[in-house]
Amino acid sequence: MNIAIIDYGAGNVQSVLFALERIGFTGKVTSDAEEIKNADKVIFPGVGEASSAIKMLHDKDLVKVILQLKQPILGICLGMQLLCKSSEEGNANGIGVFDLEIKRFSNQVKVPQMGWNNIYNLKSQLFDGISENEFMYLVHSYYAPLNAYSIATTNYGIEYATAIQKDNFYGVQFHPEKSGNVGEQILKNFLNL
Amino acid sequence: MLTKRIIPCLDIKNGRTVKGVNFVGLRDAGDPVELAKKYSLEGADELVFLDISATEERRKTLIPLVKEVAKAVNIPFTVGGGIASIEDVELLLKNGADKVSINSSAVKNPSLINELAAKFGSQCIVVAIDAKKVNAEWMVHLVGGKQPTSINLFDWAKEAEQRGAGEILFTSMNNDGTNDGFANDALAKLSDLVNIPIIASGGAGTKEHFLDTFIRGKADAALAASVFHFDEIQIPTLKKYLKTNNILMRL
Repeated sequence: MNIAIIDYGAGNVQSVLFALERIGFTGKVTSDAEEIKNADKVIFPGVGEASSAIKMLHDKDLVKVILQLKQPILGICLGMQLLCKSSEEGNANGIGVFDLEIKRFSNQVKVPQMGWNNIYNLKSQLFDGISENEFMYLVHSYYAPLNAYSIATTNYGIEYATAIQKDNFYGVQFHPEKSGNVGEQILKNFLNL
Repeated sequence: MLTKRIIPCLDIKNGRTVKGVNFVGLRDAGDPVELAKKYSLEGADELVFLDISATEERRKTLIPLVKEVAKAVNIPFTVGGGIASIEDVELLLKNGADKVSINSSAVKNPSLINELAAKFGSQCIVVAIDAKKVNAEWMVHLVGGKQPTSINLFDWAKEAEQRGAGEILFTSMNNDGTNDGFANDALAKLSDLVNIPIIASGGAGTKEHFLDTFIRGKADAALAASVFHFDEIQIPTLKKYLKTNNILMRL
């Protein structure tokens, strides 16, 4: 299986690559449009700040490439947020697969949310064999409000969409590559789609 | 709901764990990768590696180690010790570290926090603070606690937050190594003062100390070394105990 991990300078691509190795797959870190288009599965990681990340994607001409993908693609953390229409972070415009506005957590809670939180209302093949309320590792200051695309929910002061799906586009706010065996199962499920 | 975190800390020198580790059943108790795997399997929520090698040795040994750990372990880990530049952080993250912890270098050059947060995001910048209570005031100390400063702990923590730190790791030097419990009054004050997570460090001796620091100390995470390394407290037992006492835990 050809797995492309999109490299645009903002992702912790190494962690994703190592996680794939642990479950017996090899990923290819790439920013090459052809390699991404021809992959069987695409992983779109990301940590950092939204407006500078989207700028890097534009600089590498990857926005259109991502929009036109037909194979399963998994956005992780900032990668998921960038698949949405816009973000309050740096007033960034996203890729726009999901018609969603990413918002900042209120100061009623500590920001960033950092650590393990449970996921529930699981509604996707991505969560095959995963029980409700398993814990996943999250590090983020911005979130996707609950919406029609929600396939998993988490509560941090407010209930929000911790995973979303539309057609072949999947996004997870948590880090499956850093969430123990449960996270690795979710990655396997994605590769089995 | 977000759980509290239990974080074992490994001191690393020349690619090996130091401070003594006392485990039955490990092939090599000095091997940080073996230890990291063991803690990860036992349910540790994160790991912290603190490199205390001299600069030259650190360059040679730390990066390969970070890479080995990142390959072997499926939970987040933080690397600290001697980090002073964007290049240092870039190299660690590229090799699989999830977060970095900066201490003396941030005190000497506070704008380093801003630069790192802007470049890599606040989520991966932990500001570690060693402080000691001197004449009823908590003062920041440098170089592993050896060098006193005239900086107040709470002022510095607030400044670190404003400059973009994603988390504060506070070690009380009065408590460190005592096994008498964490510095809960100072921790609670810190937790009320800043709106980023606080990791409590220094003083863990019993399961009750962890419970105390989560309740009285309002800590978001608790870090310890020797009680785990010497098998005095087992992580699964600790986490079950805390959960029984109504602390949110990932089991």
